[in-house]
Amino acid sequence: MNSQPNYMANYLPILIQLGLALGLSGGILALSWLLGLHRRTRRKLAAYECGVEPVGDAQNRFAVRFYLVAIIFILFDIETVFLIPWAVVFRSLKLFGFFEMLVYMAIVLAGFFYIWRKGVLDWNTPERAE
Amino acid sequence: MPITVFLLFALVKSLIAIGILLSLVAYIQLAERKIVARIQNRLGPNRVGPFGLLQPLADTVKLLTKEDIMPSTAHKLLYLIAPAIAVTMALLPISIIPVGRDIHVLGYTTPLQITNINIGILFILAVTSLGVYGIVLAGWSSNSKYSFLGSLRGGSQMISYELALGLALVGPIMLAGTLDLRGIVEAQSHIWYVIPQIVAFFIYLTAAFAETNRSPFDLPEAEGELGAGYHTEYSSMKFAMFFLAEYINMITVSCIATLVFLGGWHGWVFGPGWLQAILPVFWFCLKAAFFLFLFIWVRGTLPRFRYDQLMGFGWKFLVPLALANVLVTSLVISLR
Amino acid sequence: MYPVLFFIFAGLAVAGAISLLVQRQPIYSALSLVAVMGALAALYLLLGAEFVAAIQIIVYAGAIMVLFVFVIMLLNAQPAEAPGRSRVARALGYPLLGILIAELGGMVAAHFQNVKLTSGEYVVHVAQIGDALFRSYLLPFEATSILFLAGILGAVLLAAHTEDEAPGKLYIGEAPPEPNLIPYDSTEGSTTYNGAGQPVRTDLPAHPSSEEVRS
Repeated sequence: MNSQPNYMANYLPILIQLGLALGLSGGILALSWLLGLHRRTRRKLAAYECGVEPVGDAQNRFAVRFYLVAIIFILFDIETVFLIPWAVVFRSLKLFGFFEMLVYMAIVLAGFFYIWRKGVLDWNTPERAE
Repeated sequence: MPITVFLLFALVKSLIAIGILLSLVAYIQLAERKIVARIQNRLGPNRVGPFGLLQPLADTVKLLTKEDIMPSTAHKLLYLIAPAIAVTMALLPISIIPVGRDIHVLGYTTPLQITNINIGILFILAVTSLGVYGIVLAGWSSNSKYSFLGSLRGGSQMISYELALGLALVGPIMLAGTLDLRGIVEAQSHIWYVIPQIVAFFIYLTAAFAETNRSPFDLPEAEGELGAGYHTEYSSMKFAMFFLAEYINMITVSCIATLVFLGGWHGWVFGPGWLQAILPVFWFCLKAAFFLFLFIWVRGTLPRFRYDQLMGFGWKFLVPLALANVLVTSLVISLR
Repeated sequence: MYPVLFFIFAGLAVAGAISLLVQRQPIYSALSLVAVMGALAALYLLLGAEFVAAIQIIVYAGAIMVLFVFVIMLLNAQPAEAPGRSRVARALGYPLLGILIAELGGMVAAHFQNVKLTSGEYVVHVAQIGDALFRSYLLPFEATSILFLAGILGAVLLAAHTEDEAPGKLYIGEAPPEPNLIPYDSTEGSTTYNGAGQPVRTDLPAHPSSEEVRS
């Protein structure tokens, strides 16, 4: 544990930036609403569908692949998160660090090639997975 | 430096940075139209003002006075906050990007950076990961089929390439041993990381193009098949906000590429004192401008990917390559 | 200054959590949870745990909640209907909630003088986390890779389905559609012809009149 007096102070400007960014986006939205025209017609407010009347609801169910990609992304994102502190201290771990990550990655990559073989990463046709 | 002065400096720097960004976006967009026009053997905008230089102003006025449409079937609240999320998440990373060394103003020494935090790169990754919400919510809340498909594609594409983006940065972090952006730049005083990390550099660039939804990865707004993609239902300045967010994100990833791979503000410094003070900032801007030009050049040159190619390329090529790069880099460092 | 920030972000976290519970629209509940994650990240920052704060955003807000939002979109989740109010729940729930709040309030009041809100007096650097993770706690770290593998297998098993003719084989996504053998201009079904002999589909609603209704 280290003492670092400027630690919190360094994060306050981010809060300022956040406030300015929110203010700017709110300001643009308000300005656009104030300056823009408001001639609403039912046709104009309908969802765009190449000029025809919208058919059905847009929020349909969609392919399970999108959902799978999101799950697999979580897993690999966590792996990336583990890699970052490892990369920071790598110079002191040396060859030991390489081998511990090699073991870790070997197990993770086994999972990666499993999903590859199962066709989770294939998007071209609804192919049959082996 | 007392905390009040520090915060005042930060506020002023934030305002300057946002001002510069907004005008930069306007002129990058003009430059893009001009350059793409030349690539396609056209002239581009040249009527408003000399050489079309007032075109961005005319566009802004036009967008401001356009009708502000809210589709009757939209989820009103989400429809309004989606562009705000996009712009906010685009503006946040700028607060930690250093553009040069310290400067002396009014008797105080302050870095040419809004603020410096220990976990710079992680902060960038965190904010990038929140950028997905702008696109996903925009498409979902519009309740239009084109928007919905665009946002689905955009969401999946962004999370897939975010992975490659994060993994590409692990190599340079290993070489520098820090997450602090200034520290990474200072660690490159002898050799720019683009040389030992050439593979990571290309992975980063490719992933950056996909993260910002730029050509050849602009599938979320593929106009040939999806109308305007996730912002089909957005008009006037609400549309412009997505546009703004995209261009600010382009600037951010260009700056990060400059800092992490091209040695930031390192470069040839010569001449009298005032020139020595300005040159680092000049080199930084020149390198970032190179990446911005690359974005435009690629857009004018490469055709768009197909969706299955895009996902396959990200998952089956970039991610394994990035992992291999991490392992090879670590082996080389540990054997040296 | 920093205690004020603590109360702001703690308040945001609690408000987000309450909003998560009372929202009818699933998507607003999910977004409330994102706000809770963001507020928690800010609280971690105040405690000097910058790495944990960043991970809180990257993993929880940026990955897990994206999955939640995708699932809500995937299932086209509709606003929840209010469940029938149970009399027992009301009779027991509100008094118990009151007791809980009173107890928490009592605890806070009793210890309020002793509590010191730190503000970055102790900062944990990423290098320290790396040292702990890759030296002291190496075995738990390597064990997470097994957890990781189990997660991958679970995800594939959840999303894949088997088909009757080939039990034991997994299929991702939908099976290829059967080729449609019925010719388009078949007179069967709902196809009718207009005066010019063109087929007219009757399963679509008739085109509404072209008058524009001003709202």
